[in-house]
Amino acid sequence: MLAIVDYGAGNVFNVQKAFHKLGVATQVTDREETILAADGLVIPGVGAFKPAMEILESKGLVSTIQKAVAAGKPLLGICLGMQLLFTSSTEYGLTKGLDLIPGQVVELPRSVLAAKGLLVPQMGWNQNRLHKTDSMYSFVDNQYTYFVHSYYAQCDETYIVSTVDYGVDVPAIVQKGAVYGMQFHPEKSGKVGLDLLKAFVNSL
Amino acid sequence: MLAKRIIPCLDVDNGRVKKGVNFVNLVDVGSPVEIAREYEAQGADELVFLDITATNEKRKTLVDVVEAVSKEVFMPLTVGGGISSLEDMEALLQAGADKISLNSAAVAHPILIKEGAEKFGSQCIVVAIDAKYQADTGIYKVYTHGGKVATDYELVAWAKKVVSLGAGELLVTIMDADGTKNGFAIPAYQALGQAVQVPMIASGGAGNIQDFVDVFKETSVTGALAASVFHFGQLTVDDVKEALAAEGIAVRRI
Repeated sequence: MLAIVDYGAGNVFNVQKAFHKLGVATQVTDREETILAADGLVIPGVGAFKPAMEILESKGLVSTIQKAVAAGKPLLGICLGMQLLFTSSTEYGLTKGLDLIPGQVVELPRSVLAAKGLLVPQMGWNQNRLHKTDSMYSFVDNQYTYFVHSYYAQCDETYIVSTVDYGVDVPAIVQKGAVYGMQFHPEKSGKVGLDLLKAFVNSL
Repeated sequence: MLAKRIIPCLDVDNGRVKKGVNFVNLVDVGSPVEIAREYEAQGADELVFLDITATNEKRKTLVDVVEAVSKEVFMPLTVGGGISSLEDMEALLQAGADKISLNSAAVAHPILIKEGAEKFGSQCIVVAIDAKYQADTGIYKVYTHGGKVATDYELVAWAKKVVSLGAGELLVTIMDADGTKNGFAIPAYQALGQAVQVPMIASGGAGNIQDFVDVFKETSVTGALAASVFHFGQLTVDDVKEALAAEGIAVRRI
């Protein structure tokens, strides 16, 4: 069973529907015992970093997630859930994250993007460029996935599985050990997205 | 590079997909799930469902349509038509919609845009604008209720206002062109592109492949929406993308 961490950050159901389509049992939960009993965790999320961390803190889920990861359970963060994996974010003031992958989440550089005719947020399908050829996600190379975001992660190359070009190199898939993050929405990225979720499930 | 989006629009009437010309003469073209699947196979980047059901009692069928489609088709879904409250928006988002499109209700109560953006995020709030060219004054005037009711708003002024209230995307239909297959109204999109800094979808008038090429080459729109050319099988989404790719425009092909 896969635990989908529920912290009121919207649209957990679309993530659940995608796993259901793959025949994977999931439970949307904020209970520590359910999360620690699961084979793996998914942190979805749409919205802002700071309120999301505040809710995770107030529900005691920060320590639960850190415990699950320390126990070696695979974790997949999606969109905002991916950003939460990092050390901190500058969205609405510097906020500490789950600190499972070293790095900082910052706003897409509006002036750099504007000079290239690009808008913030990035909204739409962008093409992945693979950095880590030995990844279980290596099939994402050249594939388009669906993004909606205004902030992006800055981290060491070691943790980058793939990037997309949006005026700057935007990390699309990141990984440290069994902790994975996807800046895009695999549950909205058609067949490739479902294949990426399946690869995660197969790693459990 | 970010791909330009090709977006089929499904007009839904009491749970079935319909298509008309200039919003009248509706013909049944199929079930939403079947049509959504077909478009996914063709490489559609996103789907827009527009509820054109006349009566309020039957309108809750739209929630069921969204629920059914979102279990089978994994791409962004935008839903509009008759949405007039935060409760309507929440029900559709819970059912699986990714974005809510506001049109007449946004004109009647612009505050709804702000409330929706604050509650669900700007990325969820699309404002759909229907406009017609006024030959006498040379401006595009905004209409509501499927083009039946004229407002006092000029297109660019209204677009700026909705973006300032929190609209994350604009879906702009130039109604003189809608269903006529005479091409997208390029000058309107050029004017809007200068005025607002949010993603914009051009809608109304697509009749052949060159119309799509033109709108992407000559304006800054990030998506193009069409209904009739796709529903009646004149073009597939991939036909359009093949032509765009040949012109050096980034598209996602499957």
